[in-house]
Amino acid sequence: MAAPEPEAPTTARSRAKDHSPWNWLLFLPIVVPLIPAFFNADSPRLFGFPRFYWLQLAWIILGVATTTLVYQMTKKRGDR
Amino acid sequence: MWRDHLTEIIVFTLLFLLVSAMGFVAARWRAPRDMAHLDEWGLGGRNFGGWITWFLVGGDLYTAYTFVAVPALIFGAGAMGFFAVPYTIVIYPMVFLVLCRLWSVSHRHGYVTPADFVRNRFDSPILALLVAITGIVATMPYIALQLVGIESVLKTMGVTGDNALARHLPIIIAFAILAAYTYQSGLRAPALIAFVKDSLIYIVILVAVIYLPYKLGGWGSIFDAADAKFKASPAPGDGILLNANNQLQYVTLAFGSALALFLYPHSITGVLASRNRDVIKRNMSALPAYSLLLGLIALLGYMAIAAKVKPLPGASAGSVDSNTVVPLLFDQQFPDWFAGVAYAAIGIGALVPAAIMSIAAANLFTRNIYKEYLKRDASPAQEAQISKITSLLVKVGALAFIIFLDPQFSIDLQLIGGVIILQTLPAVALGLYTRWFHRGALIAGWVAGMGMGMWMLYQIGNPATGKKHFAGSAFPLSEFGFDTKKTIYVGIVAVLVNLAVAALLTLVLRAAKVADGVDGTTPDDYFADEGDPRVTPGTERDADSAREPVA
Repeated sequence: MAAPEPEAPTTARSRAKDHSPWNWLLFLPIVVPLIPAFFNADSPRLFGFPRFYWLQLAWIILGVATTTLVYQMTKKRGDR
Repeated sequence: MWRDHLTEIIVFTLLFLLVSAMGFVAARWRAPRDMAHLDEWGLGGRNFGGWITWFLVGGDLYTAYTFVAVPALIFGAGAMGFFAVPYTIVIYPMVFLVLCRLWSVSHRHGYVTPADFVRNRFDSPILALLVAITGIVATMPYIALQLVGIESVLKTMGVTGDNALARHLPIIIAFAILAAYTYQSGLRAPALIAFVKDSLIYIVILVAVIYLPYKLGGWGSIFDAADAKFKASPAPGDGILLNANNQLQYVTLAFGSALALFLYPHSITGVLASRNRDVIKRNMSALPAYSLLLGLIALLGYMAIAAKVKPLPGASAGSVDSNTVVPLLFDQQFPDWFAGVAYAAIGIGALVPAAIMSIAAANLFTRNIYKEYLKRDASPAQEAQISKITSLLVKVGALAFIIFLDPQFSIDLQLIGGVIILQTLPAVALGLYTRWFHRGALIAGWVAGMGMGMWMLYQIGNPATGKKHFAGSAFPLSEFGFDTKKTIYVGIVAVLVNLAVAALLTLVLRAAKVADGVDGTTPDDYFADEGDPRVTPGTERDADSAREPVA
């Protein structure tokens, strides 16, 4: 739903212009890891890790998943 | 006493010699027809693909000093040191689009440094000079700190001399070798060595996080040991969790450090060396693998607590060198040969960023000081030559920092470096999106931000160590008149002041119709990709004539 804007083929440059609603998703992994209320506690522990540590390490997965999703969704159409 | 560590020293030396050989061979790796061009020597041909970029930028951002200092911070203060994890998570989504724009506009116009971009965008050599000087000043102590990383390892192996020269001789030799192959191979050397460095580090850390908890009674008891230590200590700010007073500092430090990281010239050098926009975007998803590594390395600090490691004495009497806790932990827990591998990982880990940083600083000098002010008509070959020589001088300077000054001085300077590099944010990062700011206002904002940052850092003392100034980056909000014990990261406040001044003055200068120069870029430049035509011819690698071998 992001890509097929009709204006693109009129010019020779049909490349992605960085304007995609998917990009707003990038705010998620910027804001969430910076809210201590989520992770600043000991319990529950996971494999002996207090929540402070395992949850912050888990945000890495959030970051990777979001950037991968945005990349896939905003890729140039010709590349696929 | 070094005889007790003979196995470690032999393994360390062998691996070190291996990568040195690789560094020299790198000049022939993906060899260009003509190395005498800054695009080749300083940016590896602007042609690195996904894997090389991943190793190069990863090896560049996650430095040996990080691997030594972050666990040391966790060892000493607990949760606060874990800020490195959110810091290296939020950075990638933040710069995901920004770096693509920077790459595109640099590709189109042949920019080698961030200051090149600022020069052209805002039509202001003065602003570009400020950006270049800020970059060089922020990078120098960072290079020096890589030496601190190597020294912590050498110290643990007992390689210490009776006098200053003997003590520093191994580092001088290591840096001379590094300087020689960087001079010859340019950015290709760290790119090739990064493969070895990162493979070693990944192996060491995987073994450490599986084997050490098994030896130390499991993760649960490691955290419990750390908790017990911090509960017993009188310091108010430590603990395995944050307290009410340092949460703001934790968040602003993570966010501010993330803003600063990609303004450092060496990060930008790594990014500009990549082949196209896709390589950058894919790397923004893949680089967090290093953050996981960093998070696990950070926890080595708690393992050191559980293993009851006592750090070696520091440079001045009575002090301890907490940077030695990780090497000591390895020495104590691992068999000698594997400790040697771990030390080599840290030692080689210092070489990759040191090489890239010196290249980045040299490029800044060449492009934005030498070519701008000393020799306008410098040819590409002359530029490359000047950069090569400057990279040598930069390394000698960093070496002098460590040999003649207290290493603490470099640590202080690096702290300041993070704050000052942030002051280039409005011109470099926001400049990629908007030309709204007036060039004069950006200069004024830079001055205001610098002044504010310096003043705040000067005010920060640490009663525990007796340091009165520059003792940290946590500024007490009570100094601003708030009735609280909370602290905030200096860099954030300084850059906000910078932005406020730049915005206000832009309005004033626009109203007064002060000349604002001509924007040398077009909106379309920010989306250019591999294969698109370049404004400056750059290297003539596409020309057929250059393809003939010179006999």
